[in-house]
Amino acid sequence: MQSAAPTPAPAPAAIPPPGQDRVGGPSLAARIARAFLYQRELTPLVLLIGVFVVFAIDSGSSFTSTLSIAAAAGYAGPIGAIAVSQVLLLVLAEIDLSAGQVFLLTPWVEYWLHTGGVPVVPAILLALVVAASVGAINGMITVFLNVPSFVTTLATNFILFGVVLVGSNDASASPIPLSGQSGFASSVMGNSNWAEIIWVLVITIILGLLLTRTRFGVRIIATGGHIVGAAEAGVPIRRVKIWAFVLASTVAGLVGIVDAVKYGTLDPGQTGIDYILYAVGACVIGGTALTGGRGTVYGAFIGALLLGLLEDGLTVAGISTNDFYIYVGAVIIFAMALNVQFDRVVARSKARR
Amino acid sequence: MSDELQPDQATPATNGKLALEVRGVTKRFGALEVLRGIDLSLHQGEVLGLVGDNGAGKSTLVKILSGFHPQDGGDLLIEGQRVGLSSVGSARAHGIETVYQDLALIPQLPVYQNLFLGHELTRFGPLRILDKAQMRKLSRQYLDDIHVNVPSVDADSDQLSGGQRQAIAVARAVRVATKILLLDEPLAAMGARESRLIIDLVKDLASSGRVSIIVIDHNFAHLFELCDRLLVLQGGRITVERQVHETSLEELTELMVSSYRAQLEAVSEAGA
Repeated sequence: MQSAAPTPAPAPAAIPPPGQDRVGGPSLAARIARAFLYQRELTPLVLLIGVFVVFAIDSGSSFTSTLSIAAAAGYAGPIGAIAVSQVLLLVLAEIDLSAGQVFLLTPWVEYWLHTGGVPVVPAILLALVVAASVGAINGMITVFLNVPSFVTTLATNFILFGVVLVGSNDASASPIPLSGQSGFASSVMGNSNWAEIIWVLVITIILGLLLTRTRFGVRIIATGGHIVGAAEAGVPIRRVKIWAFVLASTVAGLVGIVDAVKYGTLDPGQTGIDYILYAVGACVIGGTALTGGRGTVYGAFIGALLLGLLEDGLTVAGISTNDFYIYVGAVIIFAMALNVQFDRVVARSKARR
Repeated sequence: MSDELQPDQATPATNGKLALEVRGVTKRFGALEVLRGIDLSLHQGEVLGLVGDNGAGKSTLVKILSGFHPQDGGDLLIEGQRVGLSSVGSARAHGIETVYQDLALIPQLPVYQNLFLGHELTRFGPLRILDKAQMRKLSRQYLDDIHVNVPSVDADSDQLSGGQRQAIAVARAVRVATKILLLDEPLAAMGARESRLIIDLVKDLASSGRVSIIVIDHNFAHLFELCDRLLVLQGGRITVERQVHETSLEELTELMVSSYRAQLEAVSEAGA
């Protein structure tokens, strides 16, 4: 949980206080431990800085160069966009496995509309409506037909992949509208090194505020934390879930368009499932458990950056990128185990009062 | 049964008008006939107690009144108007609030957010930004007013004792109930001090005459203290009705036991 305001420690310190030796509250060590327990973004942040320092020392300026960092950001962008919007669903104890495929489908829809004569701006907007509709359908099937979202979105993932293959006739598409052009609109929509990651950063901040500061956020946490209790308190749990699916899908589609403008071509054979797997990994690394009720949007962004730096760092260091997968797996398990242990300590300190 | 329910039976706390009328309500779950025609009326400002064995249909009745289940047959009237309570939201729109057996607090949310859940205070219009400062302040004030002690309104609700959680759940419903408050075993699993707290809270609300209350409980002593009138539910029917000041613990116990005996005899005769 991200706690929004600095909360004065309610009653005794949450940490076993061996260092509680001085007058004036818990020791520094206890306070630091407490910060790590309650601000789950801190652990991945330290990990991120650590990875950066290690590669910076190992590879020097070839790692810290703009080109290399841009490559890391390029890798982190799509994963980050999908991860931060996926947090909303994970807090609801739901998941959208089709988000990666929506990320890939949306620029195709824009491309088809544009080649069919629709101007760029309406084409983008209509493509986003399609992305949002996929989310709405995912949500409604999950909520009204009681199909677990894992299964619903597994199915839509295949369907959307098929739609791209059929619609594109298996031929790749280029040029994508706005890509390869100069000008403000083109740069903003992705045709620059940093456009995509800035989009993702802005989305992260918006979704972070949404989860911690708005009524919708409270209702997401309530629904994911105790669905019967939330319903009894009058939270419209179905509407909350459907909107979260719509939001996750729209964000994936939006950044999908930005990503397509950036690279300029669309490959129909690309599968979205990779994206969503890395994204869930980023969420876990960032401190979101898959049990519902808790999660951090900012952590998921940090998790995505960490994966980006790992991929880029290993490439620059000349280590085979094949090693990347082993590192990713190890980091995910490490992060999840740490989360579970943290939860246990928190629960124990609560039970003691 | 319903012919016994005369408006002039209203206790002094009520004004004789009906807040709620239940007419011939039935409900079955598959082969199981849970409610076999319930008639009851709840006067404005009255506290009505429901007693009965497990499975007698008390909770089902409450769930129908709170919009959780639709009834199979019969009518519900609120202040004389026939209503359909198709959802929790529609029951709430008719001014009915419910506290359920299974504590409805969200473990991951702090006390003040639980207290305002479903009725959050927000700013900036459609942006619905939570007004956390105001909710904290009002929560502190409100909990002080009703003498509910929590370590902090920022404490997550899983840091509270069972009694504190129940007190918060009741307090939430009491805060927002406008016409009818349904309490499904509000005192279950609570210590003496905590029970006292809840009883005082409900009595306070009742004496204000602002809302009418239906309480389910197994503890006769609690019900005698809280209620104006008691109904006994057995096998999906109301079998006994008594004004509290006209009856005693002994009489009610005897009535319940004898009717239970009659039921047993009927069953054994049917079996023979």
